[in-house]
Parts: sequence; C-alpha cells; structure tokens
Amino acid sequence: MAHTLDLEGITKAISGMGVEEGALISTLGNSHKDHRKLFRRASKSFFVEDEERAFEKCHDHFVKHLKIEFSRFTNAVVMWSMHPWERDARLVKKALKKGDEAYNLIVEVSCTRSSEDLLGARKAYHSLFDQSMEEDIASHVHGSQRKLLVGLVSAYRYEGKEVKESSAKSDAKILAEAVASSGEGAIENDEVVRILSTRSKLHLEHLYKHFNQIQGSDLLGGVSESSLINEALLCLLKPSVYFSKILNASLNKDADKGTKKWLTRVFVTRADHGDMKEIAEEYNQLYGEPLAQTIQEKIKGNYRDFLLTLLSKSN
Amino acid sequence: MATLKVSSSVPSPPEDAEQLKSAFDDPACFSTDLIVSVLDLEHFAEQRKLIRQTYHESFGEDLLKSLEKELTSDFERAILLWTPEPGEHDALLVNEATKRLTSSNQVVMEVACTRTSTQLLHARQAYHARFKKSIEEDVAHHTTGDFKKLLVSLVSSYRYEGEEVNMTLAKQEAKLIHEKIKDKHYNDEDIIRILSTRRKSQINATFNRYQDNHGEEILKSLEEGDEDDKFLGLLRSTIQCLTRPELYFVDVLRSAINKTGTDEGALTRIVTTRAEIDLKVIGQEYQRRNSIPLEKAITKDTRGDYEKMLIALLGEDDA
Repeated sequence: MAHTLDLEGITKAISGMGVEEGALISTLGNSHKDHRKLFRRASKSFFVEDEERAFEKCHDHFVKHLKIEFSRFTNAVVMWSMHPWERDARLVKKALKKGDEAYNLIVEVSCTRSSEDLLGARKAYHSLFDQSMEEDIASHVHGSQRKLLVGLVSAYRYEGKEVKESSAKSDAKILAEAVASSGEGAIENDEVVRILSTRSKLHLEHLYKHFNQIQGSDLLGGVSESSLINEALLCLLKPSVYFSKILNASLNKDADKGTKKWLTRVFVTRADHGDMKEIAEEYNQLYGEPLAQTIQEKIKGNYRDFLLTLLSKSN
Repeated sequence: MATLKVSSSVPSPPEDAEQLKSAFDDPACFSTDLIVSVLDLEHFAEQRKLIRQTYHESFGEDLLKSLEKELTSDFERAILLWTPEPGEHDALLVNEATKRLTSSNQVVMEVACTRTSTQLLHARQAYHARFKKSIEEDVAHHTTGDFKKLLVSLVSSYRYEGEEVNMTLAKQEAKLIHEKIKDKHYNDEDIIRILSTRRKSQINATFNRYQDNHGEEILKSLEEGDEDDKFLGLLRSTIQCLTRPELYFVDVLRSAINKTGTDEGALTRIVTTRAEIDLKVIGQEYQRRNSIPLEKAITKDTRGDYEKMLIALLGEDDA
C-alpha cells in the first residue's frame, strides 16, 4: 500500500451539505481496494457487515445521501439558469402539490417579489401549466388559507412613493381590531385579507408604525408565530429578516430534507432580486456570524463555491 | 371587428398636432368638426398615441389638458374618453366608479369582465401611473360586503385564455353552482371563486352544462331571486359579461337610450370602449333584438357634436 487511508478526510467530504468533490478524487479516487474495505468497515451508517458472506453491504441510505448531496450543486445551477418567472411559477406549483406545510412558499413568492415579477410568474404559470395561478390555488386550497393565498398572488401592488397617511392609520386600527377579535380566525377576516393583499408595501410600512404606536406592541409576532398572516407581514415589511430566518433554519444541522433545500432557493432567488447584501447583513446581526463564514464552514465543494460566488456578486 | 378604417390619405401626427394647436390658439380656427376629424375618425389607437406624443413634444403640454380646457359637455366626455390609451381609459372609468358621487359597481364589473386579460393588465398598470394606487386597493376600499368580495376578485384576475376546457370540471362546477343557487346563496365563495378565476371558455362550458342538466339558462334561474337584490343583479350581469358580452352591451345601450333624458354616461362609455373591438357585433345584435338599427336609435336620441361623434365611431355600414 502506497499510503495510509485518509478515513477522516473521506468521511468529512461526504458529511454535511454538498460534497467535497476534490477531496474525494484525491483520497477515494486514489485508494487501494483494501483502503476502501477499511472505509466500508468504518462507516457503519453507510455499510452493513454481512458476516456470513464476509462482505460489507451498501445501505440504501448511502446511495440516497450521496445523490442528494451531489445534486445540491446541480439543482442550484438549474435554478439559477431558469428565468425568475419560471422559477417562481414552479415553486408555487410545487407548494400546491405538497399541501398545507408548504403554503409559506406561496406567501414568500407573492410577497417578496416586485409587482412586475409576480405578474411575470403568473404569466409563466399560464405558459407552463395551462391555467392561471389563482385558479389553481383556489381549487386546491380548501381551508381557511384560501382567501389570503388567492388574494396575495393576485396582487399588483402600487410601487411608488405616495402614501395616504390617514388611510394607513385607519387600516392600522382595522387590523388591530380584526386581530384582537378573531384570533386564529383572523386569516379569514375580509378586512385583514384586503389590507394584506391590496395595499402597497410602503403603505404597509406606515401602517406598521401606526399599529405599534396604537397597540404598544409589535404587529410582527402579534398574530400566532406560525400563522400565514405573520409570514405575510414579515415578508412584506422585513424581507431581510424573513430570509435570514429561513437561511438559519436551513443551515441547522438537525434540519429536515425539505428545509435544507431552502438554502439554494434563498440564494438563487435573492441574488437575482438584488437584496442578498441586506440579507447577509441582517443575518450577521441576528446570529452574530457573517453569512459567508457560516457557508464556508458548513457547506462543501462546488455547491459551497457556487453559493459564495452568488453572495460575493451582490457586494 | 373594428368599425374604423384608416383612410388612404391620413395626415401625419405632426400635421395633426399642428392643426390642433392652431385650433386651440385661434377661436376662428376652432371647430368641433375639426377636433372630431383629427382625433377620431381615421385614427387607430397607435396613431392617436403618436399625435398626443407629438403634441407634447412640440408644445410642452398634454393634449388631454388642452382638450379639457376647450371642450364642454357630453361631447367633451366622449372625446376625452376616446383619446387616451385603452388601459388608461379603463383606469379612468374604474376610478370614477369608486368615487362616492359617481359610484358604480356595474362599471367596475364591466371593465373587469369584458376586457381580455392583457387589457385588464394594462388598466391596472395605467391605474398605478395615474392614481398612485393599485386598482384592487381602491375597489376594496370603496366597496363593502359581498360587492367587495366579488369585485376585488374580478378586478385582480389574470385569466388563462386558452380554449381547452375540462368537461369533468364543468360538470362538477355546474352542479355546485346549482346547489348554491337553489338555496339562494348567491354570494357563496365558490360561486365567486369560479367566476373570478376560471378561464372564460371554462365558464361557458360550465353554464352550458348547467343548462343541459337543468333545462334552463343560468340567467333565467337567477331571475327567481328578489328583484331588489342588487348583488343578485350584479351577479347576473357578471355572468352575462363573461359569457355573452355583446348581449350585456345591447341591454345597457337599450336602457341608456330609452331612459327619459338618455344616460349619456353609459352610451358614451359603451360606444367609445367597444369601437375598436366588437361594436359592429353589438350593433347587429341590437338591431336583431330591437328591430331598429343602433345608429337610428342613437340619432333619435342625441344631437349636435355628440351625436356626430357617436355616429362616426359606429362607422359606416360595410358593403
């Protein structure tokens, strides 16, 4: 044997998000048959010893794991190359298929894109799926969230500088009453839906200020933590905070398969949208560590390099 | 089917702008005939846009503002509605319909349901530019209850416009609608959902199915309700606009003309908004149902420059 096995190196290269392609080439690629036997023996989560027949059998988990981790870079490239409108249309379609737990994606797409980009996504939806986005949502979502979701994706918000202060004030009062009286049912309240799905973002910012003054408490987090209303408000008022939270969740080592995918989505969609810099700053503020550093430490290989490139492009 | 034809010797936009400016500056040159001929007869939207642009470039003022100063009455309204881009025109109509004194749920519904998806989009874009707000925000703020639910949904729609129809879906939704209507739940969320999100071809299929299954047209079924129920009235008009818009327009024209004193607002609106779209079809349908040509009905009831303008927009009879 020419050299010893870098067992630690190989294991490190395939644990975590993404894969250290270079390391695998030099260690695993260069390895002797016996090295790899040692590797299989040592990787109990990936290989099972068949003692009777004296070989180490491959776990399904091993193949699955590698497929997922290798494909993170692929998916990022595909997503990045796609037109933003098609990207968003497909995200909404996917969320509809997944059901309840994925509806926050619809909120995210409809509330953090510009009016033209949301419109574009609706056009792409026509082209890709031969139906309108609102039609699909309206016929697939049956619960209390339907009104809000249809309203949010149908919005074509004014994006100029004018705001009627008196309207913002009265809307703040209306919202306060609606949230106080309906509690969890607020999501179906017509006034809540009207305000969230028709008002301009600037109007909502003014409303937010008034609300906090009137109530003496923060509108964000005022409705239940996990409610779609809260997500919508956060997306509309403080998208950088929203995306920082999403990123943090996706980078958590205990995050589930679906949540980990958020990382790619946020980077690709926001690098195009142009607020990656603000998000990185917010992330730093919230979690005490530069986003670039977290990516450097936790992500591997081409995937990591791709994300870092998208991040540095924004600076 | 447009009722307008471009003549072979159309003056150029700079000439037109020049002519208009002279007319405004010199009372001796001013005549409403001139205004009518320059602005409307021979010119399609593109050309009117050019004239407006050229006027602004040459004289530093918006043509519309100049016209507003010079013209008065029904004729003025007709010209003013005729001149801007279709999207702007619709935005103006809806904005007016949300103001207290001129409020009209019908006009909002009409714009939302009889335009193509692209035209409605242009209206929404023009609304941003002109009124610094979104159309849905204004409609939501100025309507209440069931009217709000229906109108905001209609005005926010961006319908897919393919002709493909899902017959199973049509069957399901026809049944659903029938059940709700039977119990007089006219404001039901599913009814509003179907009317405001489905493509028009699908809606047509659904109501055809309804008729096949229940032996009567949906509009007939809706006559069972309370005559004074304004929401029900709006719902009927909505369905008519989505399925047979030309019949809706004939109805509006007829009541506008036959009303004592004539409802010029409605008459102007229909003639100017449909002139480059389906006014010919509407005219034919009008004659079929009222045994009198639309043109005759209009000349009987209007006069002066206003009448001239309307007749010009109706166009000459095709050979």
